[in-house]
Amino acid sequence: MTEGANQKTTAEEAVEVALEVNGTVTKVLVPSRWLLSDVLRHRLGLTATHVGCEQGVCGACTVLIDGVPTRSCLLFAKAAEGLAITTLEGVLDDPALQALQEAFHRHHALQCGFCTPGMLLTALAMVRQQVPAEPETIREYLSGNLCRCTGYQYIVEAVAEVLQAVDRGDPAGSPALP
Amino acid sequence: MKPAPFVYHRPRTVEEAVALLGLPACKVLAGGQSLVPLMNFRLSRPRHLVDINWLPGLDGVEWDPDQGRLRLGALVRHQVLATHPLVRRHLPVLAEAAGHIGHWAIRSRGTLGGSLAHADPAAELPAAMVALGARFCLRSQSGERWVDAGEFFQGLFTTVLAEDELLTAVEVSVDQSARWGFYEIARRVGDFALAGAYARRRGGVIDLTWFGVGPKPFTVELQAGEAEAALEQVLQTAAEDVAARQWAKVAAMRALQRAGR
Repeated sequence: MTEGANQKTTAEEAVEVALEVNGTVTKVLVPSRWLLSDVLRHRLGLTATHVGCEQGVCGACTVLIDGVPTRSCLLFAKAAEGLAITTLEGVLDDPALQALQEAFHRHHALQCGFCTPGMLLTALAMVRQQVPAEPETIREYLSGNLCRCTGYQYIVEAVAEVLQAVDRGDPAGSPALP
Repeated sequence: MKPAPFVYHRPRTVEEAVALLGLPACKVLAGGQSLVPLMNFRLSRPRHLVDINWLPGLDGVEWDPDQGRLRLGALVRHQVLATHPLVRRHLPVLAEAAGHIGHWAIRSRGTLGGSLAHADPAAELPAAMVALGARFCLRSQSGERWVDAGEFFQGLFTTVLAEDELLTAVEVSVDQSARWGFYEIARRVGDFALAGAYARRRGGVIDLTWFGVGPKPFTVELQAGEAEAALEQVLQTAAEDVAARQWAKVAAMRALQRAGR
C-alpha cells in the first residue's frame, strides 16, 4: 500500500459530543463531520427525524432548537452542544401535538408520511407561538416543509383547525371532536 | 451526501478565533445555512472549521441615539433581524427584507455576518447593506479595519475579506429623512430572488439598489419623476436577457412605488 493510500484509509478520529435531546443529556462518540440528523437517527435511535434532501430544502429533518424549528441536516452534532434539542419523540405527550395528530388524521393531511414529523414539529412551534390562523400565514410558516403527496391544502386545514382552537382558548388547542 | 472530514474548533474569544483562521483550508462556521449544504455536497471541503457561535458579544442589536446609528453583531440571526423592535423601529426596510430570507427554520439559524461573507448575488442582506450605506468591522490578528459595504462586495461570492479576517459587526447610520421601498420576486416563498430591489428616496433623488440582477449588488441614482424612463436605459446594459430585465424592472418599479415615486 502506498503512503498516499494509507493516509486515505486512516480511521477518522471521533470526538465526544454531549447533546441535550428531549431534556436528557447524552454523550456520543462520533467524527466531528457527523450531522445532528445522523446522530439522532443512528446513535440515539430517534428515527422520527427523517433525512430527505440533506441540503436544507425539504424540512423532513426539522427539529426544535430552543423551541424554534431548525434543520438538523445543516447542523453538525458537535456544533449543537449546549442547545436544547427537541425531536418528535420528545413531545408525544404534549396535548397540542396530540391535537395536531388528530387534526392531521381527520383532514387526511398525510399520505406517505415522510414529511409528517417535520410538519408536526413546525406546526407545534406555530401553536406554541400562537401564530394567527390565517391560511396565508400558515402557508408561509409551513413553506420550509415540502410534501409531495397532499398538495398542502389538507395540511393547512388541519393546522388551521388547531390554531383556531387555540384562538378560542380551548385547552391545549384541542378542537371538539365531531 | 456527507461532508468530508474536518477538524472542529471552538474558540471562546475573537482573538482566539482570528488566530485559528491561519490554519490551512480553514472556514468560519456561523449559522451554516449556506456552508453546510455546500459541505454536504462536497463542493466545499475545509480541513478546519472554526465555529464562532460560542464567541461572546457578537449577537447584539444596539441603538446609539447620539450617533443615530444601529450596530448589529455578526451572529444576529435573520429571524432576530426580522423581528427585533430596534430594527423594526429604525430600519423597518431591513426587517422586512430579512423576513424574505429562506424559511422560518433557515432564518432561525442563519446569521447576518454569514450571509455577508458568503456574498450570494441573489441574497437580500448584502444588497441591503449596500443600499443602507453600512460599514463592516473586519478583525484579524493585526487589529481591525472598517470597510464600506459598497467596497466589500467584489463579485460573485467574492469579497475583500482576507483569509485571516473575521467579520464581527455591522454599523448603519440611519437617515430619518429617507423613505424606503423593498420588493423581491421569487418563484416560491423562501426561494432566492430572481430579482430584488431597494429604493431609497431623499427629496427628489432616488437610489435604487438591485440584487439578483448582476454578480454583486449595485446602485443607480435616479431623479424622481423620471425614474421609469431612466430605468429602461439602465436595464438595457445591466441585465443579461429579456426575462432578467423584466424581473429587474418589476422589482424596481414596485420598490419605487413603495418608497413613493
